[in-house]
Amino acid sequence: MSQIVVEKKVLNENQKLAAELRERFRQHKILVVNIISSPGSGKTTLLERTLERMDKTKRVALLTGDLQTENDAKRLAKWGFPAKQIITGGTCHLDAKMIDKHLADWKLEDLDILIIENVGNLVCPTSYDLGEHHKIVILSVTEGEDKPLKYPSIFVKSDLMILSKVDLLPYLNFDAELAKQNARTVHPGIEIIETSNKGDGLEQWMAWLEAKLAAVKAGDAVSA
Amino acid sequence: MHELSIVASVLEQLDEIKKQQPEGTRISKVGLRVGELAGVDVDCLRFGFECSVKETPWEHLLLEIEQVPRRQRCPGCNAEFQAENWATACPKCGEAATITIAGEELQIAFVEVDE
Repeated sequence: MSQIVVEKKVLNENQKLAAELRERFRQHKILVVNIISSPGSGKTTLLERTLERMDKTKRVALLTGDLQTENDAKRLAKWGFPAKQIITGGTCHLDAKMIDKHLADWKLEDLDILIIENVGNLVCPTSYDLGEHHKIVILSVTEGEDKPLKYPSIFVKSDLMILSKVDLLPYLNFDAELAKQNARTVHPGIEIIETSNKGDGLEQWMAWLEAKLAAVKAGDAVSA
Repeated sequence: MHELSIVASVLEQLDEIKKQQPEGTRISKVGLRVGELAGVDVDCLRFGFECSVKETPWEHLLLEIEQVPRRQRCPGCNAEFQAENWATACPKCGEAATITIAGEELQIAFVEVDE
């Protein structure tokens, strides 16, 4: 019996394809964000409010992942930006192959921003690199303040946390300061923006996207 | 929840490794390294592994998992430490923004073969 040292990433194939995607995004100077959260914390709603405010000359495209239904792509298509549904058929995350396949009939040179809405799940999407510049995690105030401690991986890997539904805070016992402190415990450098469907924080969020896009266009974005 | 997909990726890579070995070589064990931040539940991984190899040519394969705790390095004083209970500030100098140097692994570390 003998031992052979392998030292290879388990998700090697995904990693290779993600690196190829990242290179294509870099060449075409497209900002790519990967939005991850539990089901129901407001990913699609945030994107609706985003597209509503988006400068119509910006060339934005959306890929939205779900186990079933085209509902989210239909919701997002209303604002006139191209949106495509990725139906995973039961798989709990998006992987680089799915992104590659669904990008096939879009011309990357025609895009400025690609927004990927991952499957609602705080665990599995964390392991799959999609070639994005930034992972963004959404935590809604109807969840627990301790979520960053319970599901630390995604909070560690995300550059930005959106604390959503803050208009509900007066009706809840949710301690927003504690939630933010917990996120900073697992990831001291994480940026945090508080938003709501009523408009709270959306200007700040749009400015965040604008700044990251400017960095990509200038070619000095640091990729995840 | 995605542990089954992870097992499938491991077995795909083992098929490749086997092809590179001399004819008749049998891979008897695979060693995985799973970091605390990898987002992988080790019990689910073991269960997914058992289900995936059952009644396949990999049925005899043993699985060894090394779990890797999160380790941080301080950019200020270069101290390295294990981040227990998510306390990532430097215990020596108090620097808050320390860098993760271990704990994100999801790797095939080794295989054992019978010749």
